[in-house]
Amino acid sequence: MSVHPVVDQASNAARFLADRSREEYFDTLMWSLREARDRSASEVPEWEQLRDLGSAIKEHTLSHLADYLEQFEASAKRNGVEVHWAHDAHEHNQIVAEILSRHGAKQLIKSKSMLTEECDMRRYLENRGVTVTETDLGERIQQLDDEPPAHIVGPAWQKSPEDVARVFAKAYGSDPNNAAPVYLAHEMRVHTRALIEKADAGMTGANFAVAETGTVVTATNEGNADLSGNVPRLRICSVGIEKIVPTHRDLAVFIRLLSRSAVGMPITQYTSHFRAPRRDGEMHIILVDNGRSERLGMEKFWQSLKCIRCGACMNTCPVYRRSGGLSYGSTYMGPIGIIMMPTFDIRRFSELPFSSTLNGSCSNVCPVKINIHEQIYAWREVMDEKHQIKLAKKSAMVAAGEVLSHPELYRIVTAAGETTLKRLPRFAIYNDFNAWGKHRETPLPAGQTFHEWYKANRRKA
Amino acid sequence: MGIREDILDRVRRNQPAAIPHPDLRDFTHLASADLITTFARSLGVMAGVLIDKPPDDLGAFLREKFPDAKNICSAVPEYVGTSKPEDYPVWADAAKIDVSVVRSPLGVAETGSVLLSDDDLRVNTIAFLAHDIVILLAPDKIVENIHVAYQHPAFKEKAYSVLMSGPSGSADIGGKEVHPAQAVMTLTVILWPESAKTS
Amino acid sequence: MRVGLVVPCYIDVFYPEVGIAALELLERLGVEVDYPFDQTCCGQPMANSGCEADSRATEEHFIGLFSRFEYIVIPSGSCTHHVRNKFIAAPPGPERDQVSKHVYDLIEFLHDVLKVNEFPWSEFPHKVALHNSCSAVRGLHMASMSERVHDPYFNKPKALLEKVKGIELVDFPRHDECCGFGGTFSATEEAVSARMGYDKLGFIQRSQPEYIVSSDMSCLMHLQGCGRRLGTEVKFRHIAQLLNGDHA
Ligand code: SF4
Repeated sequence: MSVHPVVDQASNAARFLADRSREEYFDTLMWSLREARDRSASEVPEWEQLRDLGSAIKEHTLSHLADYLEQFEASAKRNGVEVHWAHDAHEHNQIVAEILSRHGAKQLIKSKSMLTEECDMRRYLENRGVTVTETDLGERIQQLDDEPPAHIVGPAWQKSPEDVARVFAKAYGSDPNNAAPVYLAHEMRVHTRALIEKADAGMTGANFAVAETGTVVTATNEGNADLSGNVPRLRICSVGIEKIVPTHRDLAVFIRLLSRSAVGMPITQYTSHFRAPRRDGEMHIILVDNGRSERLGMEKFWQSLKCIRCGACMNTCPVYRRSGGLSYGSTYMGPIGIIMMPTFDIRRFSELPFSSTLNGSCSNVCPVKINIHEQIYAWREVMDEKHQIKLAKKSAMVAAGEVLSHPELYRIVTAAGETTLKRLPRFAIYNDFNAWGKHRETPLPAGQTFHEWYKANRRKA
Repeated sequence: MGIREDILDRVRRNQPAAIPHPDLRDFTHLASADLITTFARSLGVMAGVLIDKPPDDLGAFLREKFPDAKNICSAVPEYVGTSKPEDYPVWADAAKIDVSVVRSPLGVAETGSVLLSDDDLRVNTIAFLAHDIVILLAPDKIVENIHVAYQHPAFKEKAYSVLMSGPSGSADIGGKEVHPAQAVMTLTVILWPESAKTS
Repeated sequence: MRVGLVVPCYIDVFYPEVGIAALELLERLGVEVDYPFDQTCCGQPMANSGCEADSRATEEHFIGLFSRFEYIVIPSGSCTHHVRNKFIAAPPGPERDQVSKHVYDLIEFLHDVLKVNEFPWSEFPHKVALHNSCSAVRGLHMASMSERVHDPYFNKPKALLEKVKGIELVDFPRHDECCGFGGTFSATEEAVSARMGYDKLGFIQRSQPEYIVSSDMSCLMHLQGCGRRLGTEVKFRHIAQLLNGDHA
């Protein structure tokens, strides 16, 4: 059973919103990425066909996943790679720690990996005397500020350049008043280069893993996966089992979709393919389940495993943009977070499916056509079935169901008159007028309902 | 049961009923004459620089373009630099390089990418730890898009290969791409047929 | 042609004039309209909250009243979307299918079924911003969606409004971004909901319309609540009111 309290995304979001300028900054930035995505998609005439293909390839692969995993493993082994398997975060972290200690490695550099975030690996290793350096700029900012990622593509996007200047000033002694991104990126380069050059081991995640060749593929703008995976002799790649694609020809479809969907660029600067260890080195791949095989068996939710982590659903989500990524209290946030997190801990993330207006924009931008908003809707039902809906809301809905299925009752509570506003059924705006009225005026009931008007004017005796 | 068998067993039990693989296409539209202009435009989008023919004197070109460069590492027969990849058996030492000169066997018009693999680089890090990179690319090695590019044998054969598309950058602060990030500061592609002159 | 008219609960209580406009408009167009007197609601409030079981009796009641109609018309995209695409609380069967297959938003009914070419009685000499709800756009495909950049442009509510004499339709940024209503969401996540409403009003007001018009009164109820709190002057109308000849 979960030991964590239920994440109250709504209250977290309200706190984020209290700082209007921050919220506006974030919303504007995220929306600009959505617009960039639109422009870049419009330049590719076969865009919708690529989305169809991306979806179909993923569905095919997931429906044959066991075979493809075996093929991937066999290919990787042929390439001289050592392949490990982990059920969960703990097993994954243990394997990494064991490989490092086998080599006496104490300095680990790594590129961004949502999987290692899922596993809370940094803390695990640091408790065992390993210094972990994030080499992705955004991830490094979050590491220095001791904060989890707020976005899966740009972990520090929730911070303004001024915030980053403050973080770097504290960590690196740089100028706290210089918030020019070029200057800050340069500071990062100066301070991490040294750590990269003397690292004992390098780690990457995987955007894709190609079964036919056993290749781990990463997409970065900074080249930091290439640095992490090439500078030290020891290379470790953590791969979620859903990352498999059959062949490089399949991979092409996703590479064309990924960066365009994420930030509106045709490709990331570095699309890197790690097939075998360097001649004088060692390469390990850890295949991690961590709940994925279970999700694969969920009829309504297995499709979320198609996700290629582009973040487009977050950029377009009007709720995410106005809540901030940290409000979800989870590794994955925004629309994709809402449908994935409950599979990790249903109680802790039971409120997330309600942090959505079900507007559907997420599903429309998703490059692999995950029916995100339909899954959010379906999760709400699951929360009801599993008794994870807050008592107050649940009782209001039971009462509404009662009234709305009995016309006589409905007429009594809707009848116009003095007491209407007091008695006005909550279903009319579905819920609680107190909450509604905090930032909005409540609607005024009319002197006569439509029903009463009809009765008076139209009804034949 | 071991962890591996257990995971595979769970996956096999839970995976949905078989869904067929879709037919793939290459989505090629361009005439070969348009490949170079498209490549040039895309490379520009990615903040790379294109030189459309070999300079008369590559040494002079490099001196002019990188006046402060002392250590030029060449991995190509067309040019003898001050060092070669083999001079960096400790791969981290490639950080001493000012400019790397390499040849790419494949360009991608759609994205302005060039392919570099361990055979082209010999020491992989010369492509990232160097301050700047200059890449020779034969114009007839430019293909239209990523679908075609992935049919190149390097992806099946080489231990490491990267599609490099412009200098390293980051949009992690403020969402707008800035250069450089952690790898090369600038990336220049020179269209240079394979058997052309050496300097 | 016999049509069963659904007047959603919030229109019944708060905006009876919208129900009246829809009824009169259909009658003007020569349609025989039946308003089943025992109607309550489509069940969406409970179902949207995850409480599918609690909406079952309501949906069954709805099916009982409406399955006999060839056309079921609702002046609300979100209710239509629910009945057409998410009507699963009641047990499956031919009557449920009948209802889901024959339900139309008022706009769809006018545009696709009746194919109305003119509203000669209508005149609205004002600057109007049209807000299409997410249910209308992404649920019912009453307009092309901004995310689908290669789809041909169309906008059924707009096409109908353009037939109103004297009307001036204005554009605004992020035209199909959600307004933040979202049913239950408007209360459970009131801070974000209101912020979205304020932002929507802000974008719309850049083009200074006198009226904000929509085929979904629930969005307007929310935006009106936001607008009144902000002290804005802009007025709100359901599209049926304009098409039925309201002049202001
Ligand atoms: S769900 Fe789709 S849009 Fe969202 S991150 Fe995953 S692939 Fe991208």
